[in-house]
Amino acid sequence: MPIIQIKNLSFAYDKQKILEDINLDIEENDFLAIIGPNGGGKSTLLKLILGINPVQQGSIKTFGEKPQKNLSKIGYVPQNTNVNTDFPIKVIEVVLMGHIGTKQPLFGYAKEEILCAMGALAQVGMEEFAQKKIGDLSGGQRQRVMIARALCAHPKILILDEPTSSVDIDGQKKIYKLLELLNKTITIIVVSHDISVVLEYANKIIHINKQLIYHHLTDKEKSKLNDNGHFCEVELFNILKKESLC
Amino acid sequence: MLEALSYEFIQNALIAGLLVSMASGIIGSLIVVNRMVFLAGGIAHTAYGGIGIAVFFGFPIFLGASIFAVFAALIIAFITLNHRNRMDTFIGLMWAVGMALGVVLIDLTPGYNVDLMSYLFGSILAVSHEDILYMGGLLALIVTIMTFWYRDILAVSYDSEYAALRGINVKFFYTLILVLSALTVVVAIKVVGLILVIALLTIPVYVAEKLSNTLYMMMILSAIFSSLFTLLGLWFSYTFNIASGASIILISALSLFIFLLYNRLRLK
Repeated sequence: MPIIQIKNLSFAYDKQKILEDINLDIEENDFLAIIGPNGGGKSTLLKLILGINPVQQGSIKTFGEKPQKNLSKIGYVPQNTNVNTDFPIKVIEVVLMGHIGTKQPLFGYAKEEILCAMGALAQVGMEEFAQKKIGDLSGGQRQRVMIARALCAHPKILILDEPTSSVDIDGQKKIYKLLELLNKTITIIVVSHDISVVLEYANKIIHINKQLIYHHLTDKEKSKLNDNGHFCEVELFNILKKESLC
Repeated sequence: MLEALSYEFIQNALIAGLLVSMASGIIGSLIVVNRMVFLAGGIAHTAYGGIGIAVFFGFPIFLGASIFAVFAALIIAFITLNHRNRMDTFIGLMWAVGMALGVVLIDLTPGYNVDLMSYLFGSILAVSHEDILYMGGLLALIVTIMTFWYRDILAVSYDSEYAALRGINVKFFYTLILVLSALTVVVAIKVVGLILVIALLTIPVYVAEKLSNTLYMMMILSAIFSSLFTLLGLWFSYTFNIASGASIILISALSLFIFLLYNRLRLK
């Protein structure tokens, strides 16, 4: 059974249709990339999966149940981590937020929680920064801390909204390498503009612009795309469209 | 200077100054990291309506102002949570209407009228024993809440979207921060007056923010700086026979200036 099952999903803000008749199955250990234009409904779809937006038409099931029932199994890394960089908070404290919603001591942090948070930081290669102020890190480092925070809750699915939009090339590589590693045990869903990067790692790609175009990449196609060295969004959409016709 | 300490009203002033400084250090930190300074300003001025009501109907000023300020905080919380794009208009409106209501009610009060200036600029030398008990109670409440709900408040302040996702009641904690701000603003009015409240809530906090790695460190440092500025300000006020509220603010601003200058020179 797919761990996320979306059937005939439509969604509208006021009267404006954002999503129309979306059908999508996400299997365990998929690495799904969601691409599409701004305002095309990518973030709305994430919010529906995360249970932030209520389902209006159709259905979403995560682990066979309503999204709200399984929030603790889904880790979420928000889009912009460059806001509020003046905030006086240490890296370790940000990661410890991942424990919210589980049993906590009356005040302060429990020893196991700190160990777990340090473990998550080690997983993303950031343990030496634990005591640093979050605002002193680079965009890429901060993004990895946010991934650690999501990992702290031991999610089965990790959802990332534009994880590399404000990260330099070197940082982007590191983040995707990390996601590739995590993908061995966790299902990954990533919204991204960096199509060329995403193609290297994703096994499924969907393009959302109100409607959904689904594409399962074979290795042959992948290598064909990579031979070009680079390709633009238009080329990719052409390939995807061709596929959806047959 | 030392013989001044033997007067009861001076002792009361010092105790009140310290209690209010600690409360405003903690709550000021929350106000600053949540970008609520304008909201706190709105609450402070709206609270003047509560002072007017209390004077007119003859019940304790703190009580009247507190109830009115909490009410204002609830309305502001509702507006910011539900009609964010109209927030500044509504807060500006409450700001003015609260002040106007206070002025009119004090005018209508028969007999001797309380001095408007004492609420605008503070009257720390007129602090009573009951006032001190009220301030102490408020500080205890704030410390208790911050001790037991620190993690939730930290999460809501730092990343409310994520906090909501993890099942924290963001609206409740946001409202709680505003209600505590309202109560703190009311006691701070006694010390520096409602016009200068914002300075007391932000200047020590700004210095503390630059020196802190964590929110609780920022709260502790703010409380310490705020206490220092208040004591120094009171000493100046006594020595040169000038208004206490304004001296406290000027001492704070001068300290901030020296701090920024020192920081600039150190970096060079």
